[in-house]
Amino acid sequence: MTRLLYALTLVALSSLQAQEQAQAFIGARIIPVEGPEILDGVLVVQGGKVLALGGPDTAIPAGAQRREARGKVIMPGLVDSHSHVGSAEGADSSAPIQPEVRVSDSLNLRSASIMRARAGGITTVNVMPGSGHLLSGQTMYLKLREGTTLDVLAMGRLPNGSYLGGMKMANGTNPRRPSGPFPGTRAKSVALVREQFVKAQEYQRKLKEAGDDPKKRPARDLAMEALVEVLEGKRVVHHHTHRHDDILTVLRLQQEFGFKVVLHHVSDAWMVADEIAKSGVGSSIIFIDSPGGKLETKDLRLTNGAALERAGALVGFHTDDGVTDSRWFLRMAGLAVRGGMSRQGALEALTLSGAKLLDLQSRIGSLKPGKDADFLLLSADPLSVYAHVEETWVEGAKVYDRADPRQRLYAVGGLGASHDTYDLSRLLEEEAMETYE
Amino acid sequence: MSRLLLALTLTWALQGQSPAPQGQSLAVRADLLYPVAGPAIPDGVVLIQEGRISAVGRAADIRIPEGLRLLRAKVAVPGLVDGRSTVGLSGLLNQPHDQDMLEGSAPLQPELRALDAYNGRDPLVGYLRSLGITTVHTGHGPGALISGQTFIIKTSATEVTSGVLKPVAMVAATLGDGARSRDQGKAPGTRAKQIALLRSELVGAQEYLRKLKDAEKGKELARDLRKEILGQVLRRELPLLVTAHRSQDILSLLRLAREFDLDIVLDGGAEAYLVLDELKAAKVPVILHPSMARTYGETENQSLETAAKLHSAGIPFTFQSGYEGYVPKTRVVLWEAAMAASNGLGFDAALRALTLTPAQILHIADRVGSLEKGKDGDVALYDGDPFETTSHCVGTVINGILVSEGEETRGPVR
Repeated sequence: MTRLLYALTLVALSSLQAQEQAQAFIGARIIPVEGPEILDGVLVVQGGKVLALGGPDTAIPAGAQRREARGKVIMPGLVDSHSHVGSAEGADSSAPIQPEVRVSDSLNLRSASIMRARAGGITTVNVMPGSGHLLSGQTMYLKLREGTTLDVLAMGRLPNGSYLGGMKMANGTNPRRPSGPFPGTRAKSVALVREQFVKAQEYQRKLKEAGDDPKKRPARDLAMEALVEVLEGKRVVHHHTHRHDDILTVLRLQQEFGFKVVLHHVSDAWMVADEIAKSGVGSSIIFIDSPGGKLETKDLRLTNGAALERAGALVGFHTDDGVTDSRWFLRMAGLAVRGGMSRQGALEALTLSGAKLLDLQSRIGSLKPGKDADFLLLSADPLSVYAHVEETWVEGAKVYDRADPRQRLYAVGGLGASHDTYDLSRLLEEEAMETYE
Repeated sequence: MSRLLLALTLTWALQGQSPAPQGQSLAVRADLLYPVAGPAIPDGVVLIQEGRISAVGRAADIRIPEGLRLLRAKVAVPGLVDGRSTVGLSGLLNQPHDQDMLEGSAPLQPELRALDAYNGRDPLVGYLRSLGITTVHTGHGPGALISGQTFIIKTSATEVTSGVLKPVAMVAATLGDGARSRDQGKAPGTRAKQIALLRSELVGAQEYLRKLKDAEKGKELARDLRKEILGQVLRRELPLLVTAHRSQDILSLLRLAREFDLDIVLDGGAEAYLVLDELKAAKVPVILHPSMARTYGETENQSLETAAKLHSAGIPFTFQSGYEGYVPKTRVVLWEAAMAASNGLGFDAALRALTLTPAQILHIADRVGSLEKGKDGDVALYDGDPFETTSHCVGTVINGILVSEGEETRGPVR
């Protein structure tokens, strides 16, 4: 037992030290994403932040832990702007619009999918409810720190105490159902959404009129409160949309109500890239290995990234995990380049552009002094299929290490790789017990 | 001649054993040519005359006839072979009218022919062709105890009147959850019942074969199409292609194969790495699940390193696009192999497992799978390492005909 305590204390201490003591990674090729690549680079992190980066003569603080990284590639941690890891759930089938439902209340942070995301180099992820509703609930931005609780993994909180995140909406065929309270046509879909947003505007007006007088305030309505957050730009709408006309419908709704919105999937983006660029609205896109499988994706192409980039639109990538596996998120950039996107654009779409889509670009998305020390050690160029994520670091602490066979399991798969039991402290505990016995 | 043999001969003729391919002549010169049958050739040339390869070697050693069309590329490899697909039966739109890979009316329907359902004009066929896949082993999918037959066709064939390499390649079966009946009270509901049904069916076919023998002595016997095809399986004229993922199902399959002396090909094999010795001893080739298949249910324990382990064990294996019920509607074997290449298998073994090995497993290695004199002029051209995600297929040649000049990942080229 004492040995167990000792082991756990060591773990706690070492992770604290990782935060406080400066660490220098020396000799790697560094892709900061903002700014040019550094061939023989030095990255210094401390207190969870990037302290400095530059060439071989970068000043390394005295007492810093030095880490040889020659032959490796260092880049910022990946930002997945649309995922369903953690067994995410949202609204149920009782209504098509459920703004009060929070994905955070459904998450299993011990899910193997979370560990797979770390193994894929994802450090920030927008976890969303599904797309079978016009509005399926509040999303949550997770920072994949070591830990298994929402408070540890939360990116932040909104004033009302809910976790920082957006609002998931969808149009096209997914929210349509032949019966029940769900819409049967596209026009009805928009009518239902419009009705709720008008109601939210009314609620917002009453709140304003009431000012600080609690007696004048309207009765609390959690759905309306959440939609007011959307109207006030505190919650970005993450809008699932595929077909060209549905994409433009989202842009019209955005114009009508003025909310912040990100287009998701955007399968027909290549058809309406100029309209998207003109609107100033960003896109979070995904590449699938072949078109079809779903009517709305019959015209999906690898050129979507290139088309949006050329038009001047902001574009990030997502996994939509489990549609694609978080472990091959880097591959999205390869596919984008195959479709004609620039290397720089594709690397940004994995990182900084994703951060911008989540309004988190001041904290994450590139390696820059003062930003969070979220970065990856790769075995080769990020666009190469032969590259492996060797280590994933979040805020100066290592959260994934391919050299550890137990963690490597989540990268390559194998017996037990899908079991939702990952918990580093528990594994260490088991190991300590074995030693004790 | 027995009636069975007569019937089979008729079947063969009716299904149109393809006439000699309408081939053309051209030459491919590549900075790096991979014949697969031998070592890579820097600055290599493959010469195709009237659809067949007439020479392969260094550019310096091969005279390209005057006026012959010459294609150039950084890398050229044998046309890729998709080891197990449902393309052409499972269409792009994923609507009831274009989904013919699985008939749900009964658990055992070995008489269903792939050729009777194949749509060579489905956009996904062209999509795969544009990425360098020249031959597909396609047909009935997993999802029924015996779902039907498979066949082999070139991806350039828009109709089944040409380009067919084998009108009947295998009989497709499934064990485990995939073959479980979804309807309460309808068999098979359990794993044991699945094997019991298969055993009964095979015993029935054995009886049929025995009666057929007797019939040769003058007795009449009504034809039974279902038993005829299973008779071919029992005579090892057709392999039984069995989808199984759990190690226990793979071992059940090996027991069944021993019991009836069947020629077996394992399809899927998510847990194949747990039973390598048994697979090796039984000499069973594996058409491995897509490397990027989703990890849930029976595939939860799949590993990106299975391909490398099969390779090390000396078990013949290949890749497959498989069947997908959602997106992507078809996978691309080139990219599935790429993931294996980067997870322990390496370039050379991955390329072989994508060309020559599947040709051998499918018994079409006399026609395709490597760049060798006398084989079909099927070549895939790339502007870099074919496995790199950022590379492009810049040309696909089938029977000496340039059937694609750029991949359709950028949209339909036609």
